Amino acid sequence: MDVRLNSNLEWQTVANSTLTKKRSTAYGSTVALKSAMAASGAILVLYLIAHMYGNLKVFSGQAAFDGYAHSLREIGYPLLPESGFLWIFRIVLLASILIHIYAAVTLWARARRARPADQRYQVKKRVVRSYSSYTMRWGGVLIALFVIFHILHLTVNVIAPGGRSDSPYERLVNGFQPEFWYVTLFYVLAVIALGFHLRHGVWSGLATLGVNQARRQPVLNSIATGIALIVTVGFLIPPVAVTFGLVS
Amino acid sequence: MNITLRVWRQKGRDDEGRMVTYKLTDVSEDMSFLEMLDVLNEKLTLENEDPVAFDHDCREGICGACGVVIDGEAHGPEVTTTCQLHMRSFNDGDTITVEPWRAKAFPVVKDLVVDRGAFDRIIQAGGFISAPTGTAPDAHANPIPKPDADRAFDAATCIGCGACVAACPNASSMLFTAAKVTHLGMLPQGQPERASRVVKMINQQDEEDFGGCTNIGECAAVCPKGIPLDTISQLNRDLLGSLSKGIG
Ligand code: HEM
Ligand code: SF4
Ligand code: FES
Repeated sequence: MDVRLNSNLEWQTVANSTLTKKRSTAYGSTVALKSAMAASGAILVLYLIAHMYGNLKVFSGQAAFDGYAHSLREIGYPLLPESGFLWIFRIVLLASILIHIYAAVTLWARARRARPADQRYQVKKRVVRSYSSYTMRWGGVLIALFVIFHILHLTVNVIAPGGRSDSPYERLVNGFQPEFWYVTLFYVLAVIALGFHLRHGVWSGLATLGVNQARRQPVLNSIATGIALIVTVGFLIPPVAVTFGLVS
Repeated sequence: MNITLRVWRQKGRDDEGRMVTYKLTDVSEDMSFLEMLDVLNEKLTLENEDPVAFDHDCREGICGACGVVIDGEAHGPEVTTTCQLHMRSFNDGDTITVEPWRAKAFPVVKDLVVDRGAFDRIIQAGGFISAPTGTAPDAHANPIPKPDADRAFDAATCIGCGACVAACPNASSMLFTAAKVTHLGMLPQGQPERASRVVKMINQQDEEDFGGCTNIGECAAVCPKGIPLDTISQLNRDLLGSLSKGIG
């Protein structure tokens, strides 16, 4: 009896309710946020592919690698001041990362509010959920920490295992010597985390931007797996080659 | 067959709630899951205990009232509604855990009954067409390509059960909302309000405190009506289209 009464009451409230007066705008909606995350992620993917390609030049020798690093500073010169293009590039990247993290953290908080800690399931089975989708958030945090370390190490060179150098090639070779195995290990773990992040992220970003259709779904997933694999392997090769003495 | 049930008991909205264990003997494997709960309730009533409250209506898989999470899966181990799930999907001696849908937007009313009024308000916000009624038009007055009609019909089969929200790690209702946006968006009658509909429905969904979608796919995997995941991409496309036209 109790129950029926209760649910009848529910019905009453539902039938009489008007919609919330508070009018939010869809420009700040969850869908807009994840679109911002997807668009900024796409910029980061393109950057990562270019960066990976640049890293592989380490196999062409010190002169080629340092020359390449230097040439990045000359793009647009004399139209732009020395390193001008590089700085514009860096600002775009930084903005992308900040937008990306802002959107991710906001949606993370929303998801926690949508199913608060005291409303968790006692038993929960994953049906189709992939490991990569499971690790997006904490994996993202790991990648962000790595990016900070990475810039301090190879760009600014204030962290300089194996000694500082003006030559990017030497910084790389010094940093990944066998005695700094923990530097290499952190690098390898972060790159693998990045691979997982891209595996779900690229698929999810494409779906968010409206590209997914049932018959395209396998193709989009293959693209995501492909990009994730290429980026992971491409980034792993140079430091591992240094550790094993293939580049010195 | 003999089974042990662990059932969520909660006296009302403000009660904390807890799992309670019951033993049931001589359960027929031809019983539906709800009939098994009926047997439990008869037993509890005879023992002068409060029966377990659960929602149900049609018991034929079309009303969407009967959703509960069984052993960590929305509607249990088969892709169907709880009323269409049979005890033969379990084994003699099993311990079965039964919990209500878990989402802030679906507060527990009692035991396994949740208030899904949030879905009604999303529909109220825009999940309809405004058309003058009158005599029914000729069936062939408005030709619709077969693939469009099929997709609209498939999307229209959503019964508003809420399994998608229950299964989603973000407690997002995107599949539900996307089903309605797709259903109406595929048909000529849905076009006049298409751009504003998606905006209003998404805003209402966000205000109800559902989480954001991260394209994981648990929703479509448990949906008893097979609403396809790509409807979410269609919704995103519509929303981004509206935003780019300044409708927010
Ligand atoms: C706190 C840190 C981070 C968090 C919580 C985070 C979270 C996420 C999430 C949830 C997605 C999925 C987007 C969606 O569901 O639509 C994503 C995508 C992505 N993330 Fe991150 N992320 C973080 C940092 C980073 C960093 C530092 C990078 C790169 C250096 C990065 C690169 C990407 C890329 C490339 C995508 C793919 C998006 C696309 O292709 O559109 N993320 N991230
Ligand atoms: S989309 Fe499927 S799971 Fe979600 S409410 Fe509709 S029928 Fe239920
Ligand atoms: S009782 Fe109607 S769908 Fe199960």
